Parts: sequence; structure tokens; C-alpha cells
Amino acid sequence: MYPPSFSYYRPETLDHAVELLEEHSEEDVKILAGGQSLIPLMKLRFAQPKFLVDINGIQGLEYIREEAGWTHIGALTREADLEHADRLRETYPIIIDTAEVIADPLVRSVATLGGNLAHADPANDHPATMVALNATVASYGPGGYRSIPVMDLFEGLMETTLGASEILTEVRIPPLPPESGTAYVKFERQVGDFAIAAAAACLQFENRTITSARLALTNVATKPYRATSSEEFLVGKEATEDVVREAGLQAVIGLQMWDDIRGSAAYRARVSSVVAERALALAALRAKGGDST
Amino acid sequence: MSNRFVSVVVNQTKVDATIEPRTLLVHFLREVANLRGTRVGCDTTSCGACAVLLDGRPVKSCTLFAVQADGREVTTIEGLESADEGLHPLQEAFWQSHGLQCGYCTPGLIMAAKNLVDTSNSLMDSEIRKAISGNLCRCTGYVNVVRAIRLASELSEERRGV
Repeated sequence: MYPPSFSYYRPETLDHAVELLEEHSEEDVKILAGGQSLIPLMKLRFAQPKFLVDINGIQGLEYIREEAGWTHIGALTREADLEHADRLRETYPIIIDTAEVIADPLVRSVATLGGNLAHADPANDHPATMVALNATVASYGPGGYRSIPVMDLFEGLMETTLGASEILTEVRIPPLPPESGTAYVKFERQVGDFAIAAAAACLQFENRTITSARLALTNVATKPYRATSSEEFLVGKEATEDVVREAGLQAVIGLQMWDDIRGSAAYRARVSSVVAERALALAALRAKGGDST
Repeated sequence: MSNRFVSVVVNQTKVDATIEPRTLLVHFLREVANLRGTRVGCDTTSCGACAVLLDGRPVKSCTLFAVQADGREVTTIEGLESADEGLHPLQEAFWQSHGLQCGYCTPGLIMAAKNLVDTSNSLMDSEIRKAISGNLCRCTGYVNVVRAIRLASELSEERRGV
């Protein structure tokens, strides 16, 4: 189907974009970034914004750079550019793992990191990854810039704590100490599908003992789910097969999952444990320098 | 809800029009630029029959508004054949390897694989399959499609002297 008619703006500055969002805040206005989530929704008429503010004309929002050990990624950075970023493959392979399993290569040419976070579909992949990396996002709105720790960004189903006229501008990832490993593992029915379940793991070691663990799951709740009991279980232990398996099993304890088109709650809980285990094992392998992919 | 003037360079020719912002790029290409090789296949961004290059990057033209292509360059299947080199290696190879049956998905598959073929050097099967993972074909089972892309890469490498 076609979307219903809408008015289209293409501002060239963040200030102008914010102005437009404010001007139309009483009506239905949406930001158009990659549009690879929004446009399909509009074509099916699940979303019917009367105004679109296309932010792709704003310069300076597409970049990957390092500053004082932190990695800064502009919100308009395309998934394809993340996927092929050699430097990220060294520093945060979890981001490559994640970008690679989002939709397909054609969608990835256009889809953006910022959009994947701001859209806040529980099935989107970057939220769990950014939770595992303890990232912070920057946003720009009527009050200027502010920083939001990623853990505080996601409110619920398709909802973030971004204000109605705020635009996500950057993702900032803290440096990891040596002997760290990160990984994202997604189980899907076919390429381009949303996850049955997926897991993002970030492990820090000292002499083979885990000193810090962050584990977040995709598509098991209305927002990325941090498996804190698994994390507590892991600290102080070595990442043996038994330990990561147990951590995977613990990840779903207390989680109320739901049946959906991709499987029953029980099946998806089982898959969640397995992907958690695999992500932890891969993160541990990478911490040892053992994975060259 | 006003119309917008857009100017898109399609296959190196400027196409100007005043359109509704909700006009999808695929419809702009088919109905305004009158290039019917790019197809509408699904309505759910799944099938890739609409694949074109936008500023050299493969995209699904059904999931972009034409206004987003204003001032940019689009290459469609019709733009692959060149005066000096004739058919693109992919066009040659899909014919030689029988990489199509009904042909509906074929332009999309070719556009999705074009960059890979143009820059290839001894492609692995997994790279080919990854490049076309956003395209669906209901006829072939993909076996001859993959063969065709492999052959195209070899033809391209020959032409480039690699």
C-alpha cells in the first residue's frame, strides 16, 4: 500500500529539525532517518505521521571515531558502514556481530544505528548490544544536548525516554580494558527476520577470572533485558563450558516471556539460554585473543 | 500536504518531476522515469525485486521515498549495459548460466550483486550468498543464481585483468 499523504521537511541543521518537531508536536510528526523501520510501517499504515522530518540532510552525524579511548558513533551511521568498519572489528567485534544480523545488506545500506536505538522495537538488535557495552547516547533537543546512559534510554515497547522534539545524535562507548571480549549471537528463522532470541555479552577478565560481566537479551521483554543474575553468577569464575552454560540457564530465570509468531514462551526461553551461552563463550574466546573472525 | 519538486539522476540522465512526498522511489522509477525493470514484489521490504543502486549503494527502492533521492544518483538494471563494454558481466552470466526462470526477481538480484562482482577477487560462495541474502526467488532455488554470480565475477575479473 502507499502511506497516506504527509508533508515532508528536509532541514539542514539540528536546530531547524528541532524547531520543526516542536512546531508539529501536537500532531503526528516523525523523524525520518534510515526509514527502514518507519517506511514499512507507513506502507502498512500502522504508522500514519502527517509530517516527516528527514534528518539525512544534516551534516556531521555520520562518523566513527575515537576520543580519549571512547568510541563515538554518529547516529546516522549506516549499518553497512558499521559492518565493514575494520577498527570496530578490533575494538568492539560485538558491534560488527550485531550490524551483520540486522535485516539484509540492502536494508543495511540505509538503516542507521540511531534509528535502531530510537525506534525501540524490542526485537531491534543494537539496544541489547549497547546495554552490554554500557554505552551512553547523546541527544539534541529544545534544551540543547544531553547524555543518556543507554540503560535509561529504553522505557518500554517502542518507547524511549527521548523527548518528543529530541533527536538522538551520537552513541558513546567506553573503552574496555585488555583481556576483554564481546559478542552478539542471534538465532533467527531466516536472514532478515527478527530474533527468536539474541544475546549480547561483554566480559572482562584478569588472569582468566571474570572480573566484570554484562549480558543483555533481545526480544525477550518489551525492552533489552539485562540478565543480572547471570552477571553476578559469572563474576569471580573462569569461563569454562559449565560456567557459561549455567549462566545461560540463569539468564531466563524469572523472565516472563510470551508466545509469539516465532515460538512458544518455553521454546524462546530455551533459545535465549542457548544464545546467551554462545555469546558468553565467544566473548570469552575473544578475550583470550582466540577468534580471528 | 504539498507536492515537492525532485531532480534525480537515473542512469546518468536527469529526471525532474513534481511529486507527492509519499511516492516511493520504486514507483518514481517505474512511472515517472518509465523504467520498468525495477519491480514491486512484496510490500514488506522482504523480496528485493526493487533493488537499485543509490549513490552506488544497493538499496530497496520500495522502502525509500523518491524525495529522499533528490539530488542523488540512481542506477537501475537498464543502466548496466554500456556503450563500450556491452552487457555487464552479470547480464552475460545470468544468461549463460540460466540464472533465471520467470525473471521477475532477476534485476533485483543483479543490482544486489553488482558491487560484489565489480570488485571481486576469487569470491567465496558465502560472500555471494550473503550479498543476495536480501533477495527472494520463488523459481530457481538459487543454485543457478549463485553459479551465475560466480561466473559474472570471473568475467569481471577477466575484463579488469585481475
